Amino acid sequence: MTGARTSTLASLRGRIERIESPGDAYMPGRVALGHVEADATLQGGLAVGAVHEVFAEAGRQSAAATGFVAGLAGRVAARRPLVWVRQDFTEIESGALSMSGWAELGLDPRLVVTVRATDVDSALRTAADAFACDALGAVVLEIWGQARQFDLVASRKLTLAAQASGVTGLVLRVAAEPLPSTAETRWIVRAAHSPPAPWSAWGAPVFDAQLVRNRHGPVGRWIMEWKCDECLFSKPAADPQPVAAAPAHRPHQTPALSGQRRAS
Amino acid sequence: MQIFALDDAAAALNLEVGLPLANARAICPQLQVFDADEAADALALNAIACWCDRFTPLVALDSPHGLFLDITGCAHLFGGEAALMRLMCDVLTAQGFAVSAAIAGTAVCARTITRHVHGRIVRAGEEADAIGPLPVSALGADEMITTGLRRAGLKTIGDVACRARHEITARFGAGFTSLLEQALGQGDAPISPLKPLPDYIVEKRFAEPVATDGVIAATLSGLAGMLVAAMDRQGKGARRLEAGFFRTDGAVRTIMVDTGQPVTRAEVIDRLFRERFGALSDPLDPGFGFDLIRLSASRTEIVVQQQRDLDANVHDNDELAALIDRIAARIGGRRVVVHLPQDTHIPERAVLAAPAQHHLAAAAQAAWPERAEGEPPLRPLRLFERPEQIKVVAQVPDGPPARFVWRRATHAVVRAEGPERVAMEWWRAQGKMLTRDYFRVEDEAGLRFWLYRDGLYDREIVQEEGKAVQPNWFMHGLFA
Repeated sequence: MTGARTSTLASLRGRIERIESPGDAYMPGRVALGHVEADATLQGGLAVGAVHEVFAEAGRQSAAATGFVAGLAGRVAARRPLVWVRQDFTEIESGALSMSGWAELGLDPRLVVTVRATDVDSALRTAADAFACDALGAVVLEIWGQARQFDLVASRKLTLAAQASGVTGLVLRVAAEPLPSTAETRWIVRAAHSPPAPWSAWGAPVFDAQLVRNRHGPVGRWIMEWKCDECLFSKPAADPQPVAAAPAHRPHQTPALSGQRRAS
Repeated sequence: MQIFALDDAAAALNLEVGLPLANARAICPQLQVFDADEAADALALNAIACWCDRFTPLVALDSPHGLFLDITGCAHLFGGEAALMRLMCDVLTAQGFAVSAAIAGTAVCARTITRHVHGRIVRAGEEADAIGPLPVSALGADEMITTGLRRAGLKTIGDVACRARHEITARFGAGFTSLLEQALGQGDAPISPLKPLPDYIVEKRFAEPVATDGVIAATLSGLAGMLVAAMDRQGKGARRLEAGFFRTDGAVRTIMVDTGQPVTRAEVIDRLFRERFGALSDPLDPGFGFDLIRLSASRTEIVVQQQRDLDANVHDNDELAALIDRIAARIGGRRVVVHLPQDTHIPERAVLAAPAQHHLAAAAQAAWPERAEGEPPLRPLRLFERPEQIKVVAQVPDGPPARFVWRRATHAVVRAEGPERVAMEWWRAQGKMLTRDYFRVEDEAGLRFWLYRDGLYDREIVQEEGKAVQPNWFMHGLFA
């Protein structure tokens, strides 16, 4: 085989590869979360220019999920503006996002623009607009309940917009069940006990974060603490409670999620 | 009951406005009578005024039945004063209105003439000749003055004008004298237009009405280009834009768009209006079509052309402002907010959500209170606008809660921190507000809450004879 033929073959193979897997060929940059094991599982951190979903299974876990999303947004957006889109309904159901609390987490409230959409459709359109604006660091879309408007098509649109502009999307779903979507990662977040401290200064935000889907790697479950002063996630000093043994190397294709993988 | 208005047929029977209904019925038993609806009249007059906006931007109401149009510099666009008046009267007559119009140097003079003659145009300097022969009632002064003039033997305006001004003033007051002078063209008072005059107006008229969305959108982008070119010559940018759609049947629809920073590009205007149209709750109804589409900049600002430096921050800010404008055009400016810290320690008032279009720069510079190093968050991430009342089992008097019921679920408190006492601002409060004792608590599932007890034992919640005190507890926020 001559050298010219080899290179032609290689370039053709490359083209076929690109045609076959447009999504997977895109390898975005990553931002480390600070939690060593989670970062290792995510191959360096949370992907930038992609959409990530964070679920709170019940309404009462909404604050924990919000805190987790706030942390992710803080990591990803760095010093750039953030647009937080939410429905009117969430404010009644689980309270409004408080900028005092935001500042207490060590994040900068000056960079936050909140959009109060009336309903899911309006929220989705606004989010799509925001995703296209590359001046933003991150866009958070908060949707309450099982919104059928947020289907595979809507999710795909957001993903494409995020890839085009490089803006990271965080979708906060409260009181909802995961459905097929094009998200890069999907997390289910619950509140965990704050680390036991001999003194009274307890109450650091600790999350029981379960990575249930990861397009480019294995999944896992960790207890993460948000360090307000350093603005990063970390492992709590000592786990106050036994966690379901974190599967270090769970097989890439888990039976429970196979349906979702096919769909996306 | 008396006659408020009548038509030509009734006027031919010598009926008059103000005649008691019983007398009128005696003259003509078949008289058709309807209740006067002054509110509807006012609405109709307003609609006509909006329609007249196509001739001149300066249209003023002269209640109850008149309109003033300042056509200075507008008449030539319609082929001269006579042609303008004919066009206007024809359309209004076709709509079923009885019209009487006149053109004169002053508004009062024109109005005086319309009361007796239709379609008269008075040249400058001929006012006195034109209104001289008319009866004094045409001036529209008070009933008492008109009667007084008639009793004094002054039947026509010419008679009154012959008298020395000081005599008239002494008898009928300075107000009447100035009215008379305005009618004679010797003095002028400005009219008060219905709408403020926009800074820039561009418009397009159609010989055949247009009704399709495509043509309307294309027209609007064309107009946007013209508006931007006009503003650019004077270095201005638009902060508020209005698109007016004049339907052939006289209905006028105005759609307004506000922007956070002066707009100087046609594409931006085009896009803002597209967003706005997409979100209209009652979409633009072309009916039989629009025959005039107008774009005006009602608020403008001087734009300082800056040399772009390589700092990406400036560029980012512009992009963010443009995004905010777009979203605000669609869902309303009040729904896109930035957050400003307030100088108060009452939690629900500590942050003000202000419209992002106007406060983006202020928010970027805002000085937020520093957080205490090494402390866990002391304020919740999610705050209820209206604290929710909960049932609490707590140590009396000042102890933290041991267990509480919120939204029908019982939570056992594992850890609690508090109280953090927040006194209300007595110098601002209207009624009596109780001091709050806030507790940070964590339940057995690891959920963290912010609760408070309303009122202090023995000071604000006083124990009554033989009864246990039941303080109110509230859920105010959720910690991450």
